[in-house]
Formats: sequence, C-alpha cells, structure tokens
Amino acid sequence: MSNAVSALPGAAHAGIASVTEMGLQGMVTLRGDHAEIAAAVKKVAKQDLPGQRRINGGLGKGVAWMSPDELLILCAYEDAASIVEKLDKELKDAHHLAANVSDARAVFAVEGPAAREVIAKLCPVDMAVFEDGEIRRTRMAQVPAAFWMAGPDTIHVVCFRSVARYVFDLLATSAAEGSGPGFF
Amino acid sequence: MLLLTCPNCGVAAEETELAPGGEAHLKRVGPGSEDADFEGYLFLRKNPKGVHFERWRHANGCGKWFHAARCTVTLEVFGTYSAQTTEPPKDILLKIDDKRPGWRG
Repeated sequence: MSNAVSALPGAAHAGIASVTEMGLQGMVTLRGDHAEIAAAVKKVAKQDLPGQRRINGGLGKGVAWMSPDELLILCAYEDAASIVEKLDKELKDAHHLAANVSDARAVFAVEGPAAREVIAKLCPVDMAVFEDGEIRRTRMAQVPAAFWMAGPDTIHVVCFRSVARYVFDLLATSAAEGSGPGFF
Repeated sequence: MLLLTCPNCGVAAEETELAPGGEAHLKRVGPGSEDADFEGYLFLRKNPKGVHFERWRHANGCGKWFHAARCTVTLEVFGTYSAQTTEPPKDILLKIDDKRPGWRG
C-alpha cells in the first residue's frame, strides 16, 4: 500500500486570516433518494439527515447536504473505505451510490476575524448572512468549491484535489496582509 | 447582474454560478419527420425581445437543471421552476400576463 499524502502537505499562509491545508480527510459521496438513505446514514455515520444546504457535524465526523439526491459524509481518512462498505451493505436493496472520494479532494481552513472577507472576495455568496450549519457549494474564482463555518471565525473550504494549488494561492492572495476591506 | 433562485437547492445563484441551457420547452420532432421540421427543432429559436423561458444548470452548485422565466430587456425574473415539466406553471404565466400584457402575441 502506498503512503497516502494530501495535496499540499503543511501548506500555510498568514495574513488578515490564516490559510492552512488540513491534511488527509475522509469523504464519502452518497447518492440516492434522501428519504431512502436516511436510516443508513444514521446507522453508519451516526448523524441525522441534514436539511437543505445544511451540514451536521464537521470535518472528521459529519454529513452535508450537497444536492437533492446527494450527501457528503465526512469521516477520518482511514475510515472512508469501511464506511462505503457498511453503506453498501445497509442499502443493498435501495438504488444508491457510495464512493470514497477522499483522495479526490483538498481541504483548507481559513481562520481569523477576516475569514468571511477572504471568502467574499472570491465567491458570489452573501457572506453577511452566511450562517453556522450552512454549507454552500459555489464558484471560487474559476473553480467549484464548497465551504461551511467550522466556528465563529473559521471557514472550512473543500475543493477538487486537482485545483488544490490554485485554490490555496487564491485564498493566500485574498488573505494578503493589509488587503482587508473591513466590510463585515 | 442576473440572480436566479435554484428551485432544487434554494440558493439565489448569481449568473456566473450557472450554466445556460438555451430555450426551454422544445419538442423534439422525428424520427421520420420532414427535414425542415427537424431543422427547426435543431436550429430555429424564437428569441423574442422580452419574455424568455430558458433552461439553466446550477453548475457550480447543486449541479441540477431548472427552468427560468425572465425578461431579456429588463433582466426581470418572473420565476424559476422545476426542470421536470413540459410547460411553464400557470402562476408564472399569469404573473407574466400581468406584467407584460400581450407578450403571447
């Protein structure tokens, strides 16, 4: 078995907010009718089904609503394969797809009082009304990304691994020292 | 700026988060149709100045298709609705009748 590494191990930047790569994170995409998969999610991921655009829990242990027929299960990196296995077992009679996408993603944390501003510069999202427990899939400059509030001043950003360097550079530029608009 | 509310995820998405899908409610003709009819289905679009029914995909979001009714002159959005339909919902049509009398002509 090869040694798994995240996209940009140890990458970090400090400015009006700090940007940190979060290392290896477990992620499982689960597609299917939400009503049919709810019980299995509760049993395997120990989380309730989130409502529209909500996330229950967070990195390492959580479930996020991605679309009307898709959930993202967050877990420890090592557990992703066994979670897929358990979901497939629980849902063997339901039409579904569970896939371990841990290695297809990169995760960043944007931390600091200006975290909302760092994101607002890059995404067409009204960060003034962005709430705790909400997950937003959107466009970050030229690539798709998703983020949620992981604390009052912390935002976790998920993007595709293939654009990890691009997204890190974007966030670092957006968080450059002295570049805060001071809007929020 | 064009803001369309995606009926699948409820986000008031900005235009750059969406991918356009062209005129809505086209009906495929054929097989066995006249060439002229098939050409019409493939290439000929109404493109009136004003009320348009369009398909959009929330590409940088939930990834789902939906329909939008809007005015291309003022960018006013009359409403968005499910992609799983072959005609615009009545309430949106009535709203357009109200705001753009004679648009059907």
